[in-house]
Order: sequence, then structure tokens, then C-alpha cells
Amino acid sequence: MNTIDHHWERFTLKQKLSRYAVYLVLVVAFFQSIQSVEVIPEFLLDAPEQMADMFSRMWPIDFAYYPVAVHDAMIETLNIATLGTLITLIFAIPLALMNASNIISSAWSHWIARFFLVSSRSVNSLVWALLFVSIFGPGVIAGVLAIAFRSIGFVGKLLGEAIEEVNMGSIEALKATGASWMSILIKGYWPQILPAFFSIVLFRWDINVRESAVLGLVGAGGIGVVLDDSMNLFQWDRVAISLLAIFAIVILAEIVVVAIRKRLI
Amino acid sequence: MAGINPNQHRGNPFKHNWLASAIWLIVVCYVVYMFNAMDLSWGRINEGLGHAGNLLGRMVPPNFSRWSLLLSGLIESLEIAIIASICGIFISLFMGLFAARNMMPNWISTPVRTLIALCRTFHPVIIAILFVKSVGFGALAGILTLIVASIGFIAKLFAEAIEEISLKQVEAIRATGAGFTSIILFSVMPQVFARFIGFSTYQLDSNLRNSTMVGIVGAGGLGGTLFSAFQRFDYDFVAAILIVIIALIMFGEFLSNIVRSIFR
Repeated sequence: MNTIDHHWERFTLKQKLSRYAVYLVLVVAFFQSIQSVEVIPEFLLDAPEQMADMFSRMWPIDFAYYPVAVHDAMIETLNIATLGTLITLIFAIPLALMNASNIISSAWSHWIARFFLVSSRSVNSLVWALLFVSIFGPGVIAGVLAIAFRSIGFVGKLLGEAIEEVNMGSIEALKATGASWMSILIKGYWPQILPAFFSIVLFRWDINVRESAVLGLVGAGGIGVVLDDSMNLFQWDRVAISLLAIFAIVILAEIVVVAIRKRLI
Repeated sequence: MAGINPNQHRGNPFKHNWLASAIWLIVVCYVVYMFNAMDLSWGRINEGLGHAGNLLGRMVPPNFSRWSLLLSGLIESLEIAIIASICGIFISLFMGLFAARNMMPNWISTPVRTLIALCRTFHPVIIAILFVKSVGFGALAGILTLIVASIGFIAKLFAEAIEEISLKQVEAIRATGAGFTSIILFSVMPQVFARFIGFSTYQLDSNLRNSTMVGIVGAGGLGGTLFSAFQRFDYDFVAAILIVIIALIMFGEFLSNIVRSIFR
């Protein structure tokens, strides 16, 4: 009876070694980075004082500035986020269909779809905004297109996965009646992915509200333009009202999304 | 007579949903109205397409001749991402534990949860602006920004993961007379560690992406190089930078897949 003495170990030796190797690499990378990164220690020591200075300049928040410029800019920001999310769908739905293996089963279409989805996600929304500002000039259009192109990857990927998860029973039934391709899509797939579709779109809209608030820093419209202007003029009390407005709108967007989601799903 | 009654009225199985149609109509009206409000005409789109063609044409042979500038920006971005991720993961480990409502009393978990929610509210770029003001231009502002962003993401999901654990194992360890630290180490952590690694590798990825962006507001890294190249219309250099960023992100995804498979 040697089962009693048997020493139980949770991981094999190989698992242990590879885990320790990961930890070791992380520690080495961390200290290597700390040593070579250019951080000026005086700035770090100075930070609490500078921070206090910044907040004291912000303090009497300039509420009078809200109706002057901030309100219109906030509406613009919301429009950029909403319109960007809607335009995304035009590109994301075909790419999602191309990426779903139960709709189109060709490796070529998967690779093409994946290429577009990955490149949309890899480029940050600020970089998209820079590109569109240099194409269309500063303004709302650049912001809308930046939001739209940035969201394609996210919406397309998640929508494609939702389509792949549908129950094929009703699709088979529709096919057996001789329904056309379009009817199968609308009457077979669409009702099944409806909840997933709305939760993906709402989730992305929530993210887009946050992102569209900063696009103005590179000239793509919205509250970011007001924020950038007040910062360049060192009007920190106006920066504070802009930040407060962004804070409020982000919280509001989250509440709206939660409320709609509860009702729909 | 049991069975099918042929006279029974049967509705159309694919009934028309008037409410849905009305909502779609409103959406279409909104889009059309907004396009008018932005005074987007075909002329402007045509002009824009011309600019786009011009821009892409000037990007086409990507210019790697200033590779030393590119490399130093890239290394700084990497350093920002690594330091911020490791500090952020370490802090999140504790913050997540303190924010879990089944581990901690309310008077600890509520303030910690509020702090985490505050870290999540603002976009990293806005946090970067505030840090650039308080610690000056350079990598330090980027590091602090990404630490805040990491806490907002990892600590929140980690707290939720801890709240979902099975309490049976906690009871079992507690029954042996173990202290608080042992309970955490031997009953809570084994249940959530794999998910924690999952969140951390995801955040490492997104820190890598964001570290190439915070430079746009002066917080160090490749973003600053990119932004100044844009402003000087060096589009061939912009193309080179974009290629390097995409390659870096793909490499990061490859690495985090390896780490995830090791800890599965």
C-alpha cells in the first residue's frame, strides 16, 4: 500500500518550470525597463505639489461656461458616437457574415474578413482620427469616420461569433421549404442573433461615447476641441467643467445602456 | 374529435413587427438628418477621396531611413507598457481582493470599488493629460496613466471573479484553523488565478496598444513620434510607424497567447 505515501502535486515539473520562466522573464523585463527608462526623479518628487496646484486652479469650476460652449460640444460628441456606431454596421455586418463559417465556408473569405477586422482594431481611434483629419479636414466628419472605422473590428468579430453560435435547426427547416438565401438570413438567422446584436451595438456605443470625448484633441470635433482650447489657454476652471461634463455623460450612457439591455434581453 | 381543426385561424408565423419598423425608420431619419447637419455633399466626399488617394500615394514606399528615431520611440513604448502592466497587475491583485464583497466588510469594499470605478470612467488620454501637467512630459506620465487604466480594468474583473467563487473550499480551509492569509492563498487564489492571468494578459495587450497612443498628448513613446510626423506631413514616415505599431501589437498578441496556454 503505497498510495497513502503518494505525494500529491498540483502541477507537473514542466508546468512549474514554464510558469517560473514566465515570472523570471517578467522580473528581468521590469528591472531592465526601470533602469533604462528616462524618468526625471525631480519631476516625480515635484508631482504632488504640481497636482495640488492644478486642482487649486481648477477649483471654482466655471459653470457659466457650460451654456456658452460645452453644451453644444457635448451634443456633438453624442452625435459622433451614435452616428459612428450606426455607420460601423454598414461595414461590420458584411464582414461578420464573411467571417462566420456557417454562412460562407470558404477560407478565402475568412482571411479577407479577418484582415480587415484585425487592421481596424490594431489602429487606435486617435490615429484613425489623425488620418481622417488629414483627408477631410478638421471637423465632425473626421470624428464620425474615426469612430466608425475603429468599431468595425470589435462589432464584426463579436457579431461573427454570435452568428456561428446559432441553432441550425430552424435554418435547416427554412432551407427545406426552399426559402431563398435572403429569407434564410432574415427569418432564420436574424431572430436568433437579435439579443446578441443589440447588446454588442449598445456595448460599443458606450465605449464610443468615451472615445469620442477625446477625438477633439486631434481636431476631430466634439468636447475634445473645447478641452484642448481651454488647456492651451491654461483656463483650468474651464477644463474642469469640460471634464465634469464628460464624467456626467459617461455615467449617463452607462445607465441608459443598462436600462435598455434589461428591457431587451 | 381530437386532432387538427382545419377551421382554426392561424396567424402568419412571420408577423410584421410594426414597432421594430418604426424604430428603424427613426434611425434612418436620424442618419439622414445628421448627414445634412454635417453638410456632407458628394462634392466634399469626392474631394476627400482625392485627398485620400493623394495621402495613400505619399505613404506608399514607407520610409524607414530614420530607423533610430523609430527604434528609440518603440523601446520607450515597450518600457512604458511593461512597467505599467507589472505595477498595475500587482496593485490590482490587492485592490481586487479588497473590493470583493464576499471577502471584505462593506466599509472597506465600498470605497475601494468607488476608486476602481473612478479609474475606469475617463479615457486614458484624458488621464494622460492630467499626468503630463503634474509630472511633466515624458515616459513617467505614460506609465502612471497606464497604471490607472490597468487598475480600472483588472481590479474590477478580478473582484467580480472572486465574488463568484465557491465558498465550500474556503469553509474547508477555515475548518483546519488557517489564518486569513492562508485562506486567501490556498482557497481563494487557486480558484481565480487562471482568470486573473487571463485579464492580466489582455491588459498587457491593451497597454501595449495604448502606450503607442499616449505620446500624442506628450506622455512618451511612439505616439509622440507619430503625431509630429503627421504634423510635418511626413506621410511615408507615418506609414513606417504604423507598420511598426501593428507588428508590435501582433507580436504582443502572440506572446500573450503563449502565456495564457502556460497558465491554463
